[in-house]
Amino acid sequence: MKHAISVRELHVSYFGNEVVRDVSFSIEQGSMVGIIGPNGAGKSTLIKAMLGLIPSDKGDIRFYGKETNEVRKQIAYVPQRSQIDWTFPITVMDTVLIGTYPSVGLFKFPKKKEKAWALECLRKVGLEEFRNRQIGELSGGQQQRVFLARALAQKPELLLLDEPFVGIDVASEETIIHILKELQLEDKTIVVVHHDLSKANTYFDQLLLMNKELIKFGATHEVLNREVMSKAYAHQLQFLEKTEVHA
Amino acid sequence: MEFLQAIGQYEFLQKALFTSVVVGMICGVIGSFIILRGMSLMGDAISHAVLPGVALSYAFGINFFVGAVITGVLTAVGIGYVSQNSRIKNDTAIGILFTSAFALGIIMITMLKSSTDLYHILFGNVLAVRPSDMWVTVGIGVVVIVTVYAFYKELLLTSFDPTIAAAYGLRNNLIHYLLMTLLTMVTVASLQTVGIVLVVAMLITPAATAYLLTDRLWVMIYLAAGFGMISAIVGLYFSFTYNLASGATIVMVATGLFLLAFLFSRKNGVVWKSLRARQKRVELSK
Repeated sequence: MKHAISVRELHVSYFGNEVVRDVSFSIEQGSMVGIIGPNGAGKSTLIKAMLGLIPSDKGDIRFYGKETNEVRKQIAYVPQRSQIDWTFPITVMDTVLIGTYPSVGLFKFPKKKEKAWALECLRKVGLEEFRNRQIGELSGGQQQRVFLARALAQKPELLLLDEPFVGIDVASEETIIHILKELQLEDKTIVVVHHDLSKANTYFDQLLLMNKELIKFGATHEVLNREVMSKAYAHQLQFLEKTEVHA
Repeated sequence: MEFLQAIGQYEFLQKALFTSVVVGMICGVIGSFIILRGMSLMGDAISHAVLPGVALSYAFGINFFVGAVITGVLTAVGIGYVSQNSRIKNDTAIGILFTSAFALGIIMITMLKSSTDLYHILFGNVLAVRPSDMWVTVGIGVVVIVTVYAFYKELLLTSFDPTIAAAYGLRNNLIHYLLMTLLTMVTVASLQTVGIVLVVAMLITPAATAYLLTDRLWVMIYLAAGFGMISAIVGLYFSFTYNLASGATIVMVATGLFLLAFLFSRKNGVVWKSLRARQKRVELSK
């Protein structure tokens, strides 16, 4: 099996405060992996560092055996939803079209072929009829589907999604999961930073549990047991126990 | 009518009109990106920061364009450096750096030249446009428009979603400084038409007007350029007819257009919004 991602001894810190500590793992092509862990466990940081969006202190990151910069076109990233200007003068269609920018290249514009493909991607997420709306006029779930469509428009081999299900409706969540599973069948690799433990076992084949350090990476059922989980959520558990005593 | 006749008659007026139209257009184009990136204050800062550069150019007898671009870009870099390397927030860094550059410029100009020159630089004197100034403006216009066209995708993406831009391997910083350089050039081109103090109005008012009228970036850019040009023409008319400072009349026309859009824009206009709200309430009360 080919490794789509391999991370070796990755350390990341914010102003000397270590957030990701000595994390190593390899993800096989065609797998769907959930990254889980408590708040502040460094899950989003891990993804950002893998993409080179924030500097890492140490470590080696390879996608298909190559450095990140060599394979950027093949990697689609869906960041947390809140970070953009929702009043920007851009339509849903033009937002999806951005996904074709890396393949269009410098000094050129998306043509008919790219536009048809972007519309096709918009159809896949069920938002074709909203194509001329301004992006801020959509609901949270619809917006998240638009960003998935933009990721699809990139024709990626690998998708990294950061908390895609936070604050969205059930129908949108189901649409997104359905599309991700379809992509997996096409041998694409999917990594999702995930919050909601209750659904982790139905969504993912493998889980990566971390709390600054990597605690366990393995098949979903191996990770989702009390003993392993308590290592990551130790502080929360202690807190719960304390409050119980006081109560 | 008199204005049209005068245009036909006087070459200085033709040059003034042509120069201000070009300035109105490129201010609208660059201004669109400035307001979308939340950098209106930065526009004000750069326009003031070119003053010491203009003074230095006088002192060394070089084209004022060169000095202005240097101090403008240096100030942009300085603002970025201070806000990234201290707890000082961006708007405060802008306030500190541009006022000090401006103050330095005032001192230098006063030491070097008479105060009339300072007055013209601050408030513009479009009727004294020399042919060489006109050609500098046209040159800047061509550079600005070609650059924006060539990097349209990159400008759109870094303005709308810098995170994805970075994930695509685009250097947000490079695009930022490219825009700052263009902004400085546009400011210099505007010096004679509207003067340093009012450049920011030409940058943000037509762009803000356009922003209220459309949901497409390229439409916004065209509209902003159009509003800039209309403001220049109508403003120059008032300036000529009533013998008023051209910068002030041009800016007042731009503000008038903004007010119209603010009140009557179909989607965002205050008037339609309240009418729609009232209609809804009437419907429900039936």
